[in-house]
Amino acid sequence: MSTKLNNIVSGNATFHHQRHKLLLPAWLVICLLLVVPVLMMLVYSFLTKEFRGGVIWEFSLAAYDQFFFDRGLFGDEPAKIDWTYMRIYARSALQAFIASVLCLVIGFPTAYFIATRSVRSRPVWVFLITIPYWVNLLIRTVSMKFMIRDSGPLNTWLLQAGIIDQPIHLINTNIAVQLGLFYSYLPFMVLPIYASIERYDFSLSEAASDLYASKWTTLRRVILPAVKPGIIAGCILVFVPSLGAFLAPDLLGGAKNFMIGSLIEEQFKGNAGNWPFGAASSMILLAIVMGVLLLYARNETNAAGSR
Amino acid sequence: MASINTNIKHYPGFLAVTVFCLFLLYAPLLVVMVYSFNDSLSIVKWEGFSLRWYHDVFNGKETAKYKTAAWNSISIAVMAATAATIIATLAALGMNRSAQWRGKSASFALINLPLMVPEIVTAVATLIFFSAIGFKTGYTSILIAHIVFCIPFAYLPISARLQGIESSYEQAAMDLYATRTQAFTKVLMPLMMPGIISGYLLAFIISLDDFIITNFVKGAGIETLPTAIFGAVKQGIKPNIMAISTLMLLVSVLFVCISYMVGRSGSPTSQNSE
Repeated sequence: MSTKLNNIVSGNATFHHQRHKLLLPAWLVICLLLVVPVLMMLVYSFLTKEFRGGVIWEFSLAAYDQFFFDRGLFGDEPAKIDWTYMRIYARSALQAFIASVLCLVIGFPTAYFIATRSVRSRPVWVFLITIPYWVNLLIRTVSMKFMIRDSGPLNTWLLQAGIIDQPIHLINTNIAVQLGLFYSYLPFMVLPIYASIERYDFSLSEAASDLYASKWTTLRRVILPAVKPGIIAGCILVFVPSLGAFLAPDLLGGAKNFMIGSLIEEQFKGNAGNWPFGAASSMILLAIVMGVLLLYARNETNAAGSR
Repeated sequence: MASINTNIKHYPGFLAVTVFCLFLLYAPLLVVMVYSFNDSLSIVKWEGFSLRWYHDVFNGKETAKYKTAAWNSISIAVMAATAATIIATLAALGMNRSAQWRGKSASFALINLPLMVPEIVTAVATLIFFSAIGFKTGYTSILIAHIVFCIPFAYLPISARLQGIESSYEQAAMDLYATRTQAFTKVLMPLMMPGIISGYLLAFIISLDDFIITNFVKGAGIETLPTAIFGAVKQGIKPNIMAISTLMLLVSVLFVCISYMVGRSGSPTSQNSE
């Protein structure tokens, strides 16, 4: 027994082939508690709903049918395409896209600035950017709500500074949701871009300048293409969690700015109580996210191959 | 503007954007911290400094509720982080100290899977899983769900640390007649320790902070701090919530700072990574 353990944990090359057994607990836990549940969710999305939550074990396409089609109040009219839910997904995608653009606009210059500091001070800047990420997302969202409400500090400051003469109404608007998403995931944009710029060879900028390119032309034509992988990674890292976000739209957006997260939550926690539909909506969200990630991964390997 | 080419790296305005970025990140948190010391029943007006809301948190009407919630949060976080750290340490050893084998990249993807699946999807899937196998939702179901998503957060710093430790350390120990167990416990483990502590602390914070998954799998009658805060915030932001938030925020920041410093301390790669 003990020699077996010794073999597994040792650094002896002859026993290296044993080492992968150490991955067993991770495989077990993640397969049993994440992969299996996702497969079960897939099964549930094809079952019949029970009205007080839960399912009846009877095959049904009703959940997906409800997502895409409208068959009238009693379900006997010819199927028309129903845009209600697809519109919620499209709106969520748009919100997530705007949040990504906002993060990029603020995040790129920040990442660039940090990457051009001295080697010693860079980790401190990066640490400053990451601290807020580790603060509870709920608390951050509540803070944002407190900050931007009609009589909140933001409006007070702007009024006192004479920049506005009426409080700006932000709570329960699209802008509030975008601000919330932006605030939630900004560090995800800065970090990968920072990593790319840190690897960027600044002699390229020098060469561009020697060839009479202006600074901004150099930025546009030389630096941006060189650090594009970092930018794409950052955009995905912001877009994906924004798409399924629950707290920012729920606390900052109100009922009018319903997003995917709230739609799904309502099927399980709210009054709607339609588990198969909630499972189907989650499956569709998961499919979109995995699609984006796969596309990204394929792009990456292609880019790596052509280099 | 005469020296336009002296610093090719410099772009005007980028410093301003960076400062603005940090302002955006920190202003809301600082505002809540400041207002938690407000001596007022309303959250609108500033009426002077006071610790009354902290007093209210520890000796007020809702103290019992938040105390139970805090105890649930902390005990779950301790256990989930412990389990996740053990699993992640073993996985990191398996990934970094084994020869190339076929399942390696699949294993890497699997360990990071909890980061890629949207939180709300994990929440739904876990709820369905517990419901399908007839597992009663409550304290244990929260704990089990937390272990899963803590694994990648514990794994990343441990694995990063391990990558920086060459296997020659263990080989040297064994050349000097250490048994394999001794080489592991006396040489590799101490070298890995900063990564393990760093990973443990990150997993702890992630568990302590989780709202979405907990909210789905908690069932009726049990609250953690985030779900209790969410319930209260739905009725409007009250000053005692700001005091609780400030306390939680400080705990998170403290733990991240410790994790950061431990993770960097005496890193064998800190000199040659540049």
